[in-house]
Amino acid sequence: MLTIKNLHASVEEGQEILKGLNLEVKAGEVHAIMGPNGSGKSTLASVLAGKDGYEVTEGSVDFDGVDLLDLEAEDRAKEGMFLAFQYPVEIPGVSNVNFLRTAMNEIREYRNEDKMSAKDFLAKVKEASNLVELDNKLASRAVNVGFSGGEKKRNEIFQMAMLEPKLAILDETDSGLDIDALRIVSEGVNKLRSKDNAVILITHYQRLLEYIKPDFVHVLSAGKIIKTGGKELALELEEKGYDWINEEIAQ
Amino acid sequence: MSNTYTEEDLAKNLQEQEYKYGFTSDFKSDTIPVGLNEDVIRLISSKKEEPLWLLEKRLQAYRAWTTMVEPDWAHVNYPKPDFQAISYYSAPGQTKKYESWDDVDPEMKETMKKLGISMEEQQRLTGTAVDFVVDSVSVATSFKKKLGELGIIFCSFSEAVENHPELVKKYMGTVVPHTDNFYAALNSAVFTDGSFCYIPKGVRCPMELSTYFRINEGGTGQFERTLVVADEGSYVSYLEGCTAPMRDENQLHAAVVELVSLDNAEIKYSTVQNWYPGDKNGVGGVFNFVTKRGLCEKNAKISWTQVETGSAVTWKYPSCILKGDNSIGEFYSVAVTNHFQQADTGSKMIHLGKNTSSTIISKGISAGQSQNAYRGLVQIHASADNARNRSECDSLLLSDRSGAHTFPYIECKNSTAKIEHEATTSKIGEDQIFYCQQRGIDSEKAIGLIVNGYCKEVLNHMPMEFAVEAQKLLEISLENSVG
Repeated sequence: MLTIKNLHASVEEGQEILKGLNLEVKAGEVHAIMGPNGSGKSTLASVLAGKDGYEVTEGSVDFDGVDLLDLEAEDRAKEGMFLAFQYPVEIPGVSNVNFLRTAMNEIREYRNEDKMSAKDFLAKVKEASNLVELDNKLASRAVNVGFSGGEKKRNEIFQMAMLEPKLAILDETDSGLDIDALRIVSEGVNKLRSKDNAVILITHYQRLLEYIKPDFVHVLSAGKIIKTGGKELALELEEKGYDWINEEIAQ
Repeated sequence: MSNTYTEEDLAKNLQEQEYKYGFTSDFKSDTIPVGLNEDVIRLISSKKEEPLWLLEKRLQAYRAWTTMVEPDWAHVNYPKPDFQAISYYSAPGQTKKYESWDDVDPEMKETMKKLGISMEEQQRLTGTAVDFVVDSVSVATSFKKKLGELGIIFCSFSEAVENHPELVKKYMGTVVPHTDNFYAALNSAVFTDGSFCYIPKGVRCPMELSTYFRINEGGTGQFERTLVVADEGSYVSYLEGCTAPMRDENQLHAAVVELVSLDNAEIKYSTVQNWYPGDKNGVGGVFNFVTKRGLCEKNAKISWTQVETGSAVTWKYPSCILKGDNSIGEFYSVAVTNHFQQADTGSKMIHLGKNTSSTIISKGISAGQSQNAYRGLVQIHASADNARNRSECDSLLLSDRSGAHTFPYIECKNSTAKIEHEATTSKIGEDQIFYCQQRGIDSEKAIGLIVNGYCKEVLNHMPMEFAVEAQKLLEISLENSVG
């Protein structure tokens, strides 16, 4: 589904953050990307989602047969890529429901599908908000305005449930969540998993991976994936930190 | 003429004038030569077959105008119009129309399409309708019949002068006297037509009164005059303007709107203004110098709501005089400027009565290289015990080259007053736009969405259908404005 080859990306000031990253994600898989601060985890998420301010200097990203790097951010979303933001953005005066309705209609139009009827849409809102135990009232409130940290993160997963992406990138969705919210968010993501979609989890902590079981764990360091393993790798990291990998590589 | 002009002079003048032209001249031409003097005003009045009292009012206004200077305190910059180079009368129906639908500017067609205006209405607005007129007349007729049954008068200003002179005479100029300001004086001297509305005691007008229904009768003039009188205990919601782009050959517009809300009455006045703003380089466009004011008697309420996206230069301060005890004044405004547009707009709330309250919510949005200023006055007189005001002025910048300015004036002469003023300036967030894009909404639509959210507080005060159109208008007027 997603094939990243030798990806190099810099911030606009010129500093290179990603230095030859390779990653292959297939449908039905969950990949966890871990790594120390400053290793390029969030940059990877931003570059994949098409945020301004980054320049790809080398490499390619294929998303289900499409050259992802060639697309505008909105078209990447329409192709089925979803980013759950580390810091969800507030949009005053725009209700969550209106926001999602606009987004869904845009996406459906891109795919030559008819607009969803108001009735079907509202039924889906109800279903999706139940999934993450999001109060129905929050669905009609302005996007993320006055939401608690946990509500914002749950709102991201609610939106994911509404938009049904092929590939979801969860950028530190676990940060700032208490144990109950973490469980709710994780269960939501698990219920959305299918053989046709894939998830990339960006996280610092092994904790999240106890709830969402990854098929692969990658260690990102200085803009490259330096080690890949199964779920047990995350436990090892938790125990030993990141330095031992570098030492291992040095040997 | 000077200020020492007396009534005797006037009478003498009128006699001479009658002698000179008479009132029954048969004029073949429908447009009079450029320039402004007393003869021109007499000519306008006679062409409109006006009663003498109205001519007197016009002449008084003209004489006042000649002693006034054009105001230059507003934060706008434009070449001063040459008032002697304007033709002050052109008969209704003489405004420039397109020959056929094919001649209509494609850009304008595109905009109307985006606004979701029906083909019929598009043709009517551009004056290219063929069959539609019949339709429109029948709609207007049934509409008028219904209003007539309730005793509501809704007609052109000229018709009101002819059929309801006592009402016009009683209220015209009571809220905006001809001495009020330069443009109001000019309007009072040369106005050609406008709208008149009277709601009788205790009547709640069952529908939104819209100039839409009488656009074919008068059309919008360069010097329009509107007078709305809500008698005791009545209610009316009045819609002015149109979201469709108004192509207008007149560069200078100086309208006067007067609202009179008698005891326990309420007037809701909503405006959407989308006049030609000039091109992307700031060439052309309408100068919109409007005086709008309402007077509230006891327990009365006036609520102004406006969405302004058009005109090259706007100078406009819809105001409320809260004369009666417990009266309420409200002003909700969205002013959008793009390219080289300039707006200096806001409100005045004059508190005279006890327990009067007022609210000002102003949202300015500046894009391109435009300048957008809020200017407001809250004045609490000594008599206004327990007066309250809340003002909120927010500015949103969409570009680095645009400007947002706030000039609030507060004058308080009563220590029991409570006045709150809040102002914010923000720039539209790149993170907000990216968030929308990541959900599949492109940047133009994202700006539309964000701006509409920003203006929601104001749009919520508009009648539903009008609000929907206004939303679309906001999106269209901000196209290609990020930067």
